[in-house]
Amino acid sequence: MTRSTSATGRRHGGNRWLLFLLRRTGRMLVAMWVIVTVAFLVLRMAGGDPVRSALGATADESVVQARREQLGLNDPLIVQYFDYLTGLFRGDLGVSIITGRSVTELVSHRLPATLELAGLAFLVVLLVAVPVGLGIAVITQGNRRRGAETAFTGVTAFIAAIPEYLLGVLLVIVFAITLHALPVAGRTGPASYLMPVIALSVSAAASVSRIARIEALNTLKDDYVRTARSKRLPAWMVYFRHALPNMLTATLTIGGTLLGAMIAGSVLVEQVFNWPGLGMAFVGAITTKDYGIVQGLALVYAAIILVVNLLIDLVLSLLDRRTSLLETS
Amino acid sequence: MTNRRSGPPKRRSGPPRQPMAIIAVCMLGVLVLLAVFAPVLWGEEAVAADPDAIALPPSGEHPLGTDKLGRDILLRTLVATRLSLVMAVAATLMGGCIGLALGALPAVLGTRAQRWFASVISTWLAFPVLLVAMLTVILLGPGTTTAVVALALTMTPSFARLAQTLSSRVGGSEYLAAARMLGVSRRRQFTRYVLPNIAEPVIVNVTTSIGGGLLALSSLSFLGVGVQPPDFDWGRLLSEGFGQVYNSPVAAIGPGVAVVFAGLAFSMLGESLAAQLRNREHGRALPPRRLGPAPVAERPARTPAETERAETEAAPLLDVDGLSVSFPGPDGWIRPVQDVSFRILPGEIVGVVGESGSGKSVTMMSIAQLAPAGAAVTARRLRFDGEDLTGRTPAEAGRVLGTRVGVVFQDSLTALNPALRVGTQLAEIPRVHGGAGRAKAHEMAVRALDDVRIPDAARRAQQFPHEFSGGMRQRALIAMSQIGSPSLIIADEPTTALDVTVQRRVLALLRRECAESGAAAIVVSHDVAVLAELCGRLLVMYAGRIVEDVDIALLATPERLAHPYTRALAASLPDLGTDRTKPLVTIPGEPPDLSRPVTGCAFAARCAFATDDCRTEVPVLTEHRHGGRVACRHPQDAMATDAAPGREEVGA
Repeated sequence: MTRSTSATGRRHGGNRWLLFLLRRTGRMLVAMWVIVTVAFLVLRMAGGDPVRSALGATADESVVQARREQLGLNDPLIVQYFDYLTGLFRGDLGVSIITGRSVTELVSHRLPATLELAGLAFLVVLLVAVPVGLGIAVITQGNRRRGAETAFTGVTAFIAAIPEYLLGVLLVIVFAITLHALPVAGRTGPASYLMPVIALSVSAAASVSRIARIEALNTLKDDYVRTARSKRLPAWMVYFRHALPNMLTATLTIGGTLLGAMIAGSVLVEQVFNWPGLGMAFVGAITTKDYGIVQGLALVYAAIILVVNLLIDLVLSLLDRRTSLLETS
Repeated sequence: MTNRRSGPPKRRSGPPRQPMAIIAVCMLGVLVLLAVFAPVLWGEEAVAADPDAIALPPSGEHPLGTDKLGRDILLRTLVATRLSLVMAVAATLMGGCIGLALGALPAVLGTRAQRWFASVISTWLAFPVLLVAMLTVILLGPGTTTAVVALALTMTPSFARLAQTLSSRVGGSEYLAAARMLGVSRRRQFTRYVLPNIAEPVIVNVTTSIGGGLLALSSLSFLGVGVQPPDFDWGRLLSEGFGQVYNSPVAAIGPGVAVVFAGLAFSMLGESLAAQLRNREHGRALPPRRLGPAPVAERPARTPAETERAETEAAPLLDVDGLSVSFPGPDGWIRPVQDVSFRILPGEIVGVVGESGSGKSVTMMSIAQLAPAGAAVTARRLRFDGEDLTGRTPAEAGRVLGTRVGVVFQDSLTALNPALRVGTQLAEIPRVHGGAGRAKAHEMAVRALDDVRIPDAARRAQQFPHEFSGGMRQRALIAMSQIGSPSLIIADEPTTALDVTVQRRVLALLRRECAESGAAAIVVSHDVAVLAELCGRLLVMYAGRIVEDVDIALLATPERLAHPYTRALAASLPDLGTDRTKPLVTIPGEPPDLSRPVTGCAFAARCAFATDDCRTEVPVLTEHRHGGRVACRHPQDAMATDAAPGREEVGA
């Protein structure tokens, strides 16, 4: 009798999971479409002729006209929109207004550098923040060692208040200019990854470790941790085997936000370290008013963040075996 | 917060005593002074180019050096305070206001609008922050206003979500429903009922966001898409300083320090405000130095006669004397367990009964060395199998107990780890304590599951707890407590979460396991009927103390029970002879609140036989003529012969 009820419960749960999946995918597609449309309109609506303002007042009128023709800016707006959408489905992200070169090509050259940087920093943040949060939670649980708690809060608040680019600048001053220990800029070898990754991950690690500590404190109060203690297991087993996996799912809930922050931070860090990634190209295109590139790169950034968010949500809902997550949205 | 008036009385009042709040306020004071006066004092000097002092290193005249146009960097940093702060505050206020309106308004607009707003906010939240900012920059062109608008737009959805969550709580509340029924206008509902109730958390959030906004705005300026020359904020100065970092590294450090200082000031203020809110809602426990030492049992140690008798008796498996458990509370120690003493003989099954909050579970968990972190456990004597556990840390004492004490927990769903397979959770014990290999341990786990009659144990061992039914999980927990061959099993409400038929089977299983292994057991329950079936002796707990220790057989003859509380419990126990047409006897009154110390007998307030001395002095648990022990000034069993009170009147 009890088994049959649990089986129907699971079938019901499966339906809900599918619904959850559909809703999340739907939301992502809507957000993506809004971004595509906004990016499209921005290029057309920003005051004046974008081609003229990108190429400069001195450019020859025939060149401007040729580039307008290449971009299809002389067609009616609705035709342009349609062409643009069909182009996107073929993987065509448009062309640079200034050079006329394909944005897709630019992305294929620069995306790996950005993904490496953001991905490595993401890993570093999790590998540092989760154990630190757990460790501090273990020594401060039950309102003990208020001093350690205050110190932890103070130190992490301080570190979290240092923006990525500032830390990058400080690292350059200390390790590259003063000590000559590391390369100043560029992506030249394993050593050149060190400073950008540190600059990008440190302040995020501080914020995440605070979240991890709160999650760990909640997890340590859970009954199964007491059960593990009742088995007189060694402390490392209680914390790493019994508490960690459960606290990890809770901490990963902010994974999407964290990755978004990493991507945004990477734009700044790339600037400091002259890192040949998307961010350099993006900021460069904004300052030179090359909206052809801006439009393409904005889409790429949006797609990365939205897809990763969706994936994290899906992985979490699968990991969370108590399926309580489904009720939240 | 009008709706919280009914809560516990206000604990502490007065200004905040947190040092963090004071430091944050001082830092903000410095910033505000600079923002107001720096541009007036040094505004002209900060923009005056000096061709004779281009890119100088730090000196007495220019403590942070000069920039490419020969302007003093220190002065520029100080002057930039105003623009940096104004931008951050403006952006946060703008984002906060739009977000608040979007998030809180739907509370008074009805469910359809609520749902629509919720999905707009969700989609907006899914938008990458960076993109929103960049697209704004492209649309409006780089500049100060653009940066502020861009930042406000990125902050809006999170404020909206916060306001939405908070106000939906208000929207569903009874007093808003009442206001609606009384015909209060929507505008008034919003301004009088919704806004005041969400204001405080929102203010905390705004404060923290100003700090975040400050960093974000400086980032935009650093990238060159925020503030444009000739204006300058800290981000702009940093980016200029970074340009000359080879000549004068300090040029980048000055503005950097300013950014961190301001960001820190706001986030610290936000945090201390949040801590203040939390404390007011829950009341935080006092720190150890203000709590003083943990309370111990007041009663003197055993009399020589008692000690002598204890030594001639059969050696107990567990010997507890004067056990007290205390937790730090907002007004001092809270004492859920006070001066508990009892003994368990090998192989004996003892029941512990009491209402929820009577301290029975806390007592048993403390003996098993599983008290929550922060609990202070004291005892005059705590011996297990001849080994002294007092004066050891819980971890050390736990190691001494090893697998000799097995624990069965109450809620099998939360007591099993949701992320580990059931078999793995059992196999850990022989692997850690028995030195068994992986395969051997797994085999033992399967056998233990099979022993508690879990069908298809080999397959079940591979499953996760949520794939088990409630009864099966409880049996798995019993198997887990058995696998280390303990000599004492502590079962904490082992059947509370189960329905009646499953309850019977689990009890039968527990009894069989004890009979086969010869282990002693302590079974905690609030249900006397469950214990009557299983145990030989009964410990009755009330408000953290044992009030009676009696042979279970006496439950059948309630007139021989001594304590009025036990008698009332026995009277409320239905059996086949109970007249079902009459209502069951209940005990009037409520158990005492443990956070307020009671003088005298805690049961006195509910007891029909209480006299004045009951209310002033705690009765001591002493040997009684029924062969057990009782803590009562007016034991009722003596009257059983002459003036037997009717069952319905007991405790009335």
